[in-house]
Amino acid sequence: MELYSLTGSQLAELLKLGKISAEEILSSLSLRAAGKEEKVKAYVRFDGRLERLPGEGSPARGPLSGIPVSVKDNICTRSRNTECCSRILSGYRPPYDATVISRLKLAGASIISTKTNMDEFAFGSSTENSCFGPSRNPWDTQCVPGGSSGGSAAAVAADEAVLALGSDTGGSIRQPASFCGVVGLKPTYGRVSRYGLVAFASSLDQIGPITKDVRDSALLLNSISGYDPKDSTSVNTPVPDYTACLGLPVKGMRIGVPREYMVEGIDPQVREALLRSLEEFKRLGAECSEVSLPHTEFAVPVYYIIATAEASSNLARFDGVRYGFRTAAAEGINAMYSRTRGEGFGKEAKRRIILGTFALSHGYYDAYYLRALKVRTLIKQDFEKVFGEFDCVVAPTSPTPAFKLGEKMGDPLKMYLSDIYTISANLAGIPAISLPCGFTSGGLPVGMQIMSGHFREENILKLAYAYEQAASAGAESKRRPVL
Amino acid sequence: MSEINDKIIDYTARLARVQLEGAELCELSVQIKGILDFIGKLEEADISNIEPTSHILPVNNVFRADAPAQSLPAEDAISGAPKRRGRYFSVPKVIE
Amino acid sequence: MEYEAVIGLEVHVQLNTSTKAFCACRAEFGVEPNTNICPVCLGLPGALPVLNKVVLSHALKVGLALGCSIQNRTKFDRKNYFYPDLPKGYQISQFDLPVALEGEVRIDTPAGEKCVRVKRVHMEEDAGKLMHDAEGSLVDLNRAGVPLLEIVTEPDMNAPDEAYAYLTKLKSVIEYLDVSDCDMEKGSLRCDANVSLRTKGESRLGTKAELKNMNSFKAVKDALLYEIGRQAEILDGGGKVAQETRLWDARQAKTFSMRSKEEAHDYRYFPDPDLTLFLITNEEIEEARAGIPELPQQKAARFMREFGISAYDSGILTADKRDAAFAEECIKVFPSGDKKPVVNYLIGPLLAEANSRGCGLSGLKLPAERLLELVSLVQKNVISNLVSKTVLKEMIDRQVTAEEIVKSRDLAQISDTSALDGIIARVIAENDKSVQDFRSGKENAVMFLVGQVMRMSSGKANPKVVQELLKRRLTDA
Repeated sequence: MELYSLTGSQLAELLKLGKISAEEILSSLSLRAAGKEEKVKAYVRFDGRLERLPGEGSPARGPLSGIPVSVKDNICTRSRNTECCSRILSGYRPPYDATVISRLKLAGASIISTKTNMDEFAFGSSTENSCFGPSRNPWDTQCVPGGSSGGSAAAVAADEAVLALGSDTGGSIRQPASFCGVVGLKPTYGRVSRYGLVAFASSLDQIGPITKDVRDSALLLNSISGYDPKDSTSVNTPVPDYTACLGLPVKGMRIGVPREYMVEGIDPQVREALLRSLEEFKRLGAECSEVSLPHTEFAVPVYYIIATAEASSNLARFDGVRYGFRTAAAEGINAMYSRTRGEGFGKEAKRRIILGTFALSHGYYDAYYLRALKVRTLIKQDFEKVFGEFDCVVAPTSPTPAFKLGEKMGDPLKMYLSDIYTISANLAGIPAISLPCGFTSGGLPVGMQIMSGHFREENILKLAYAYEQAASAGAESKRRPVL
Repeated sequence: MSEINDKIIDYTARLARVQLEGAELCELSVQIKGILDFIGKLEEADISNIEPTSHILPVNNVFRADAPAQSLPAEDAISGAPKRRGRYFSVPKVIE
Repeated sequence: MEYEAVIGLEVHVQLNTSTKAFCACRAEFGVEPNTNICPVCLGLPGALPVLNKVVLSHALKVGLALGCSIQNRTKFDRKNYFYPDLPKGYQISQFDLPVALEGEVRIDTPAGEKCVRVKRVHMEEDAGKLMHDAEGSLVDLNRAGVPLLEIVTEPDMNAPDEAYAYLTKLKSVIEYLDVSDCDMEKGSLRCDANVSLRTKGESRLGTKAELKNMNSFKAVKDALLYEIGRQAEILDGGGKVAQETRLWDARQAKTFSMRSKEEAHDYRYFPDPDLTLFLITNEEIEEARAGIPELPQQKAARFMREFGISAYDSGILTADKRDAAFAEECIKVFPSGDKKPVVNYLIGPLLAEANSRGCGLSGLKLPAERLLELVSLVQKNVISNLVSKTVLKEMIDRQVTAEEIVKSRDLAQISDTSALDGIIARVIAENDKSVQDFRSGKENAVMFLVGQVMRMSSGKANPKVVQELLKRRLTDA
């Protein structure tokens, strides 16, 4: 068995026993990436090898000592390019580390200095909106890996990364995880500090793990979670050991299956995979019943107002004055702004900035933005009601498996609708995981989503782990992408 | 909700300081109109007596003590500037 | 046509915190450009704001001192616009839930006391500084993120003098609270004015101009005066006043249209998702209220009550917090129930001296006991009031006591008649005309003669004694 193919927990075990070294892991991973990057393009600015960030004073025996962690291009790493895969941030090197990076250093992780690919500023669901070009789905390189954290998901699926960080604003961790057959967790809003995550939509963004299995997800979540005095919205509640709940019985757990997620637009194979998974949950002793989240149909429209409005403001700082790209020549300050931003942002970024600016502008605020905030309340209440009676909600992650490159690029609305099942969790601020639950006849992975109430990550991990263990008995779980 | 036209998109793009080339403006206008039509669905939601949610968790009163910490090393703060003069960021003339 | 001016003021006060509003950079000035900056106030991608606790507590104090109602829920909003001194492309400010609403400031006008309503008080962050030269503009962000309070009045003032009185009063209150140094020249207090005219008796408001760039209270008054004249001229000529922003040019003493700085003002305010709501309980409001020191108005009332001094005098003595503390010390220590002599000295010679030196009473750095010693020398007729002014100057310059100066320079007043006899005889001999005038019934002529004696005695003669001696001599003969 090659080291690159092992999970983080397996590597940690071998390291603890002194059987391998951190250097061996890194060089195995680096060789793997050198061999497969040409096909997958999971990393950006890849120069043939993977190196780790200098870990100042990182403990030799931290929980992640020697375990490589790959990082999305929108999470700041001190003195290392952090460009959000956008021309407007070309060459940008932050003078500080994001809080998650500091935490990972403390945990002893080997943080990979080469970043993973993403849709520009996390605007997209396919990683095609990257100024570096798209990543490919390791299961079928004609297909997208999903997005926006497509690089992280593809890297993990292709064994070019052991653990990876993504960010999730409307499904950007879970949807690519489902497309790539890996595990992606969006924590509760406020569980993980956003300090140093380049903001897309501040009230929705969360950083989270993308990993090969549920145990690794819990392991990585342990190290990145916790209150950060630099982030006013991070929450000061204790961080449990998320690996401790793995293996606990799930008998008697109450699972709700929202009927609104199983109707129109869902690919029949995705639907079938989910129904099979529900049978598995029942065999494990959980109780499954249909529930209703009646305002689900409003989630996408609400999201595209709130997220773009916040983004239009968050991206105003990219003005060519203090860092990043500036247009070659412009007469006067406003021409400099408009040309810098016109040339520096890609199409989808411009679309969202203009849509968001419009939603906030004079005369439209009440009709769009304020109305969206109110409907957000309704969506939040839907979940509160369900979690009053149920421990978890189980649903598909995406209505379809991975789609072909270019398939949705001409139609933004169609692309937006591929987040239809993931967006609600962001609007409600609740934790949600996507884990593999089968394959289509064409051999593409299908993902299922488990959600729970605020700060109930343990519910999710416990149930996901139980499912993963049960499913691993089948031959399907052994399938790996052929590259 | 969909009284959107090129003029409004053009105005909005100016407000957002995003220069659009001719064809880009037309394409964007059509797309945004489509998205706004879709978003128009929100009119069906009954929001009477519903409070807006701008923060999802009831976290309030988060402060910092008024204690100074080290600022950025001088060079780090301005080294990324596309254009600088001495210790200043340099921009095209702003007409006051 | 007779017009009435309608004036509203928007004042920005820089709060004197140690650090900026949303990051831990020092809020200090006079350092190298772009040194007090960090990822937050530089607007680096990924950086997040956290509110400085003192900013809110200062805001509460100001709100309460202005008689506002403190809001139980307050939040921050983003005000979006592009300008090179604004690093994030938005200013963190407050829009629909400001920290305090509806207060008032009472000012004195020739027609009596007047109440200027305060519409709102809100917290926000300052922008950086821009400098311009032939090549372009330069940005220094040391000031970016420094906390400000914006205090907005209703359009309740009708004359430039009222605006001046409002600013003086507001400054006085804020200085008492010790939350800002309110120095307009240093930019820690900035004032924009809205002014419009309407025909006397009309209740509808006219079109207003917004005046900016005034860097002293006097400049505010001058700019308003000029602008009222300008608008009246337009209206008299049958024209229409344009709604616009105008800049005051102090050198030319005129306002100039700023033209449109931005093509459109659409600030797209929305709640800042990076900052939480702030809930202020009634207990916290009461706690803050208990921490408010005695304010100028209350102190003046107390001076009147405790020291039996006039409203006018106590008003002068309490306008400045440090001056008031000094005055109070002097008055308290003054060893007599009748405080009139010391009060008169404070608002007479001492205030004149302070004004001539461009500082306040306390700025003279005169210990209270030394001042009282000087006052008692005058009271005991050791020196004249006139001589005391010379002594005062020297006391301040050389930091010595009055006694020392009087002794070393032999300034003690001469009340001894035998010592004055010679001078008086000489003055009578040399001023025949005045002597004749007096004798023919012009009583006032004696004052001229007193003056001559004072002059010849280098001011040391006791004028009362001199007057008596002169009268006696002139009538005896």
